[in-house]
Amino acid sequence: MAVLTGVPSFLVLLVFAGLFLKARPILAGKPFFSLLFSSTWAPSRGQFGLFPFIMGTLWVTLAALLLAVPVSLLSAIYLSEYAPHRFRELAKPAIDLLAGLPSVIYGVWGVLLVVPLVGRVIAPAFGVQSSGYTVLAGGIVLAIMIFPTIISVSLEVFSSIPYGMREASLSLGATKWETVKHVVLKKGAQGVMAAVVLGLSRALGETMAVLMVVGNIPHAPKSLFDGGYPLPALIANNYGEMMSVPLYDSALMLAAAVLLLVVLVFNVLARVILVRVERRSA
Amino acid sequence: MNRPADRERIGRRRLEEKIFKALMGLSVAAVIGCLALIVGTIVWKGLPALNLSMITRTPKGGYYLGREGGILNAIAGSLYLASGATVLAVFFSLPVVLYINVYARKKSRLASLTRFSFDVLWGIPSIVYGAFGFILMMMLGLRASLLAGIITVALLEFPIMSRAADEVVRLVPPELIEASHSLGATRLETALKVVVRQCLPGLLTAVLIAFGRGIGDAASVLFTAGFTDRLPGSLLQPAATLPLAIFFQLGTPYPEVQQRAYASAAVLTVLILVISLLARGLGKRYTRHVIK
Repeated sequence: MAVLTGVPSFLVLLVFAGLFLKARPILAGKPFFSLLFSSTWAPSRGQFGLFPFIMGTLWVTLAALLLAVPVSLLSAIYLSEYAPHRFRELAKPAIDLLAGLPSVIYGVWGVLLVVPLVGRVIAPAFGVQSSGYTVLAGGIVLAIMIFPTIISVSLEVFSSIPYGMREASLSLGATKWETVKHVVLKKGAQGVMAAVVLGLSRALGETMAVLMVVGNIPHAPKSLFDGGYPLPALIANNYGEMMSVPLYDSALMLAAAVLLLVVLVFNVLARVILVRVERRSA
Repeated sequence: MNRPADRERIGRRRLEEKIFKALMGLSVAAVIGCLALIVGTIVWKGLPALNLSMITRTPKGGYYLGREGGILNAIAGSLYLASGATVLAVFFSLPVVLYINVYARKKSRLASLTRFSFDVLWGIPSIVYGAFGFILMMMLGLRASLLAGIITVALLEFPIMSRAADEVVRLVPPELIEASHSLGATRLETALKVVVRQCLPGLLTAVLIAFGRGIGDAASVLFTAGFTDRLPGSLLQPAATLPLAIFFQLGTPYPEVQQRAYASAAVLTVLILVISLLARGLGKRYTRHVIK
């Protein structure tokens, strides 16, 4: 059992080592940063610039965060501070269920509803011609997928704030919202940051749902109504051909390793903050 | 307090309160509404396209061009794959969770490091597990097969299951463990006969959560499980999975086949709903041995 207990920590390192080992052939030929910042993606000519895909990931993730953060935070505040006990107990399973829906389902739903919405309603409203398969569609679907992460981590953070602090604020004549603003959000600021970062790293790695609605055009997007091609979609779309072109598999493994590195950094950051928040409340 | 300026200020504060309360109400409604909208759309689009032959037959020739057949291969493949992965994950997850809660000392470094690692592993995207599973598969000399898929999905489920199980096992009162020790039970006996029994409902829930996640994940099996029109015959043959079947059917240009993608999506959604309901129900039901 003691040996098995070492597995989780070891596994993190193992995954990382495995990916970088496979990415080494391509890193031997070209320096890391020129691969990251080159825009030419032409596997048959041996050109593996990851820049368009990195930009695609950033655009989709930022769009998702802009939509998800306000909605999730307001929901979490409502559920933790305002909602009656009964309603909270009903809402929590619903949020868990939202987290448990497979990403393919989100993708199908996105194709059925979000893509036409963007293509026929939102884009024309801004005077843009669009098929609907855009960064915005990806962002909307992704935002819904990260609601549960941000909401449930924020709820945990808010519940770790002692009730006495709220009572102190209320007894000084503050309204409920003022108490939320000056006590709950101020005390929970770090934890809320962590919740957002966890949502962000979920968004960075989400594959199938985004892949199905984002258009998969290997150019760096210039607006919300352009198609994009995030890193995870790149990996998923090309697994079939990657063994047939030299260095192709290595390039995709590099993409996976870069993705993992970014996600790991964000995750470790968020978890360190959360451990501190938890310790303070204990 | 009755000066007009004061009254105006209080009015402004009340207004701010009202505005934000309304915004919060809208946000919660949006979140719950999204869930209803997603499940509703999928079921509404999928059910009319669903028929018995879809879930009882495997694809016949030209299925993806709109000819006859069903997605039994994918349903069976997903069930086999997720079951295998869940069993494998339990064998790794349960000992670790028991170890960090029963064997390790309070405030043990190893226990906190392990919990931290589970949190980090939980955050790794499934596509990265897929890529890693692919590397592992090549190293073991396997081809895309049910077995390779099981291993990959087990990796994905491992942190999900362990975190959920740890949350339950952590709540076992230390007095209960001490009482067991003081009666002369070894730590292993305490772990298996007292802690596992006490936490059985919660552990079952953890297993089902992981199973649900395993059955719905597509990105991790894309590289490793392969895809086939036949039912999975052995561990070394490729296996179809439901999420990928949905993805491939939706990707065809034929409306009839896309209809089937909606129907398959409805099947998967109902499956996930049933699993989550079971997870909640079992959690309440098997509380016979629980000491409160």
